[in-house]
Amino acid sequence: MDFISILSIFVLACFVGYYVVWSVTPALHTPLMSVTNAISSVIIVGALIAAASAASPASKWLGLVAVALASVNIFGGFAVTARMLAMYKKKER
Amino acid sequence: MEVAHSTPSWVLLAYLVAGVCFILALRGLSSPASSQRGNRAGMLGMAIAVVTTLAVHEIGSLPEIIGAVAIGGGIGLITARKIQMTAMPQLVAAFHSLVGMAAVLVGAAAFLNAPAFGIVDANGAILGASRIEMILGVAIGAITFSGSVIAFLKLNGNMSGKPILLPARHWINLAIVLAIAFFSFGFWHSQSPMDFWLVMALAFAIGFLLIVPIGGADMPVVISMLNSYSGWAAAAMGFTLHNSAMIITGALVGSSGAILSYIMCRAMNRSFISVIAGGFGGDAVAGAGAEAIDRPYKRGSAEDAAFLMSQADQVIIVPGYGMAVSQAQHALREMTDLLKEHGVRVKFAIHPVAGRMPGHMNVLLAEANVPYDEVFELEDINSEFAQTDVAFVIGANDVTNPAAKTDKSSPIYGMPVLDVEKARTVLFIKRSMGGVGYAGVDNELFYRDNTMMLLADAKKMVEEIVKHIG
Repeated sequence: MDFISILSIFVLACFVGYYVVWSVTPALHTPLMSVTNAISSVIIVGALIAAASAASPASKWLGLVAVALASVNIFGGFAVTARMLAMYKKKER
Repeated sequence: MEVAHSTPSWVLLAYLVAGVCFILALRGLSSPASSQRGNRAGMLGMAIAVVTTLAVHEIGSLPEIIGAVAIGGGIGLITARKIQMTAMPQLVAAFHSLVGMAAVLVGAAAFLNAPAFGIVDANGAILGASRIEMILGVAIGAITFSGSVIAFLKLNGNMSGKPILLPARHWINLAIVLAIAFFSFGFWHSQSPMDFWLVMALAFAIGFLLIVPIGGADMPVVISMLNSYSGWAAAAMGFTLHNSAMIITGALVGSSGAILSYIMCRAMNRSFISVIAGGFGGDAVAGAGAEAIDRPYKRGSAEDAAFLMSQADQVIIVPGYGMAVSQAQHALREMTDLLKEHGVRVKFAIHPVAGRMPGHMNVLLAEANVPYDEVFELEDINSEFAQTDVAFVIGANDVTNPAAKTDKSSPIYGMPVLDVEKARTVLFIKRSMGGVGYAGVDNELFYRDNTMMLLADAKKMVEEIVKHIG
């Protein structure tokens, strides 16, 4: 992908983000923070590339540590979000 | 930019699908009913991104990677299961720091092993654009990391919530920012390793210095801001890796944090700049509290409170950080159940900055099984106080202070507040008359004729009230 297509994706995604986030109900702002936390750990993709390559041991180990840190966030973030969301209940009638 | 990427198109498509899943994850949060589906979409997106990456790269050592995922994932799952809901702000700060650190490590790994990331030219030098993206990702990641660590220490009580002010801190910060810009330029120019590590070190330092002077009351803004930074760090790494899933996520998270910061600032009537400049909630306004100590106020007992509330038609409960500190949410829910049995209408009113992070009170009430359709935001409920018999303030202070509407000299003047004083009676739970809210200002409300102070620990007081209603 060339720089301009990447930039286009980025700019459009910023607009999507703007509108989607304004539509989030304030009651769910805490789960919003924990789930954005989890998804921003998609940075694990970069960590996996580094960890998979055997060309540089230093880079590989940095990658492995990053994989572990991002995994804490991915599993922890989604799990704690799920736990919180399960608590939001409507009035039982 | 003639980058000859041989990435198959199905891979690009898979990352795009992952990005769309992440959009759906946030979209689901528009209502509690659709939120769990959204969360599952997020998990699916993450699985797609990880599997795709593993499928297209030569894996040197799968067991090691699986080991790293297992260790990290295990820690994450156990933490997520054990964490108390009152500790969510700390947890989120800790998670932010991990995203920041991961971005720094990925940036460093990409610098040390650029060919594996496909960002080198024919001579083996890192592409100019990639250098900028990389150094930007590392710098933002490092700021996110050290800033979040400080935010965590403050929220977790390991460090005083009081702002710590260094002399000439604005000049120090400015000097560091300029130095980061200078060395980043140097790195872009010559790909010098020295510049790379210097930028990283200075970015760690500036993250630390930026958050240290910010007081406890401004933590909702800080934590949202760091949320935003973690997103921009991910986006910058996405640019480096030409990965659409990372870019979409980064943009989503970046805007999410920015919007939350904006909402929090608006709810405090403060500019983002003044929050970042720090120092709010210090000793500067302590004088106002000292002179007010002798003013007369009415003190009530749990029995009085129980009587007043059980006779009421409508009670509005205003929770704040104090409820979280004393873990009073479950006792509070018991109290509301009893009041409902007495035919009292009970509603909850939440100020956007109540607590230590956006939505903090809503989560605690949800944990205590309070139905979310009984919980209202400031603008939806503020007009109802005038027709309410009892406003029950538990652990909130500044967000109820009428001085914000009338007293131009007050530091919180102009901040939108809940009009609790318009209720026929205000019951105000507070530990003692001495302390003031985080803004360091005395609350006019305490001395009003229709206010009754209930001086005790929030949870104990509510439990007492429950006994007297029952």
